[in-house]
Amino acid sequence: MRRFAAMLFFAIVARPVLALATGLRVLGREHLPTAGPAVIAANHNSHLDVIALLSLFPLRQLHRVRPVAAADHFQKPGFVGWMARTLLNIIPIDRSGQGAEAAIAPVCDALDRGEIVVIFPEGTRGAPEVMVRFRRGSSVLAERYPEVPFVPVYLHGLGKSLPRGEWRFVPFASEAHFGKPLRVADGDTMPMAERLQADVEAMAAGTTLARWAED
Amino acid sequence: MAELIASWPAPLLYGLGAVWAVLVIATGVVTVLAHRGAANGAELVARTKTWWWIVAPISAALLLGATVTAVLFALVSFLALREYLSIIPVRQLDRTAILLAYLAIPLQYWFVYDDWYGMFSIFIPVYATAAIAFRLVLAGEARGFIRSAGTLQWGLFLTLYNLSHVAFLMQLDMAVPLPAGGAGLLLFILVIVSLNDVAQYFWGKLFGRRAIVPKVSPKKTVEGFVGGVATSMVVAALLAPWLTPFGLIEAAAVGGVLAFLGFVGDVTVSAVKRDLGIKDSGSILPGHGGILDRLDSLVFAAPIFLHYVRYFYGA
Repeated sequence: MRRFAAMLFFAIVARPVLALATGLRVLGREHLPTAGPAVIAANHNSHLDVIALLSLFPLRQLHRVRPVAAADHFQKPGFVGWMARTLLNIIPIDRSGQGAEAAIAPVCDALDRGEIVVIFPEGTRGAPEVMVRFRRGSSVLAERYPEVPFVPVYLHGLGKSLPRGEWRFVPFASEAHFGKPLRVADGDTMPMAERLQADVEAMAAGTTLARWAED
Repeated sequence: MAELIASWPAPLLYGLGAVWAVLVIATGVVTVLAHRGAANGAELVARTKTWWWIVAPISAALLLGATVTAVLFALVSFLALREYLSIIPVRQLDRTAILLAYLAIPLQYWFVYDDWYGMFSIFIPVYATAAIAFRLVLAGEARGFIRSAGTLQWGLFLTLYNLSHVAFLMQLDMAVPLPAGGAGLLLFILVIVSLNDVAQYFWGKLFGRRAIVPKVSPKKTVEGFVGGVATSMVVAALLAPWLTPFGLIEAAAVGGVLAFLGFVGDVTVSAVKRDLGIKDSGSILPGHGGILDRLDSLVFAAPIFLHYVRYFYGA
């Protein structure tokens, strides 16, 4: 039932609305993983980020794609929490500070089940369209799964359409750039968080869309 | 339905038929060229394919009438404004003013639909301008105000006000009968302006040597421009008896002016892109770029054409 509700939501609400209102353009779609286990790591500026990423997957695969979200934020009652649990099928993680190992346990379970996990290594949406340092959780996860591909994604524009702290949607063009998958097994010794961040920043330099002007 | 079909003027059907025929031939030629491995063959194929996506909805709108045309152009204005606002730098505190700018789209096209000429012609310059300025003031930050107010208003003129004049051609009250109705006028300007673009491109490729505005648009040459104007004059004279109330000499002159205005719009959008340091305004139309890249030549031609027709032939 929940799976059906999610498919319905993405088919008749999320996809058409995103297409019309933001014209979401996908670059490097060939890097979108078609099967798990895999990790998608994107920069984070808007609640729409996760909806946009999930909307790119085939509907019948949707239940195998799991966004990681903060338990303290999305386990709460209310519309946003309901939506996160029911339609977006999140993996809630505890970020109260029990250490990265404990926090990523549910994510490991999902990868063990062969699911595709969506993470936002910045840990927060933060200031709109400003990227902060990627946290080391992704590095810890990558060390444990050296063969699992980590796909870097640069999202642009959704943070202008619906930034943190705003409830009014304003149409702007948006883009999702998918980079080449990274693996620890590739032999690169740089921590995964830094590799992902470097690739996302390189893709960020490639957009022709504008950022916010300085106020 | 039968009533609608019976209402289609024969010249309009001939005109649309000719456009489709040209496109079929162009598609054939381009496909053969690409097959033989011509340079930039893939781009030409993409360009031609996109032309189908432009011609099909416009043909349908012209046949279905003023209301559908207004709705179609409202959508085009929305896509154009969104594209413009996505490539220019705006401030986060401009978001509400931007929302108001979007809101002006359904209102402006409502006035088109409603055939309310007075409001149609002043709504953006007077009311939308005041509302956006006031909202920007309420945002409470004077630094950057001129830039925000200026770029927003300019974008509204470019993508909404000027463009909505194309749709209003369907609504003009005329003192003389039109051979193909308002749809004929619309078809006339769209064909002339698009053909001028293509003709300028080809004449420029063949004979282009002297750049007109090298710092803004290095590929625009005097030879291409003159060739485009001449081609437009000839085609305008040929089409005029079928689609417009113009005499032959007059039609050629109108064609020449439309070609010139098309050029002005084209280099204006080029200047915007150069200023921003980008090549295309977007990517929604494969082979052409963004929607502004395609519409650029209409932005000044449309309102001036409408006012010419209205002044000399309006009721």
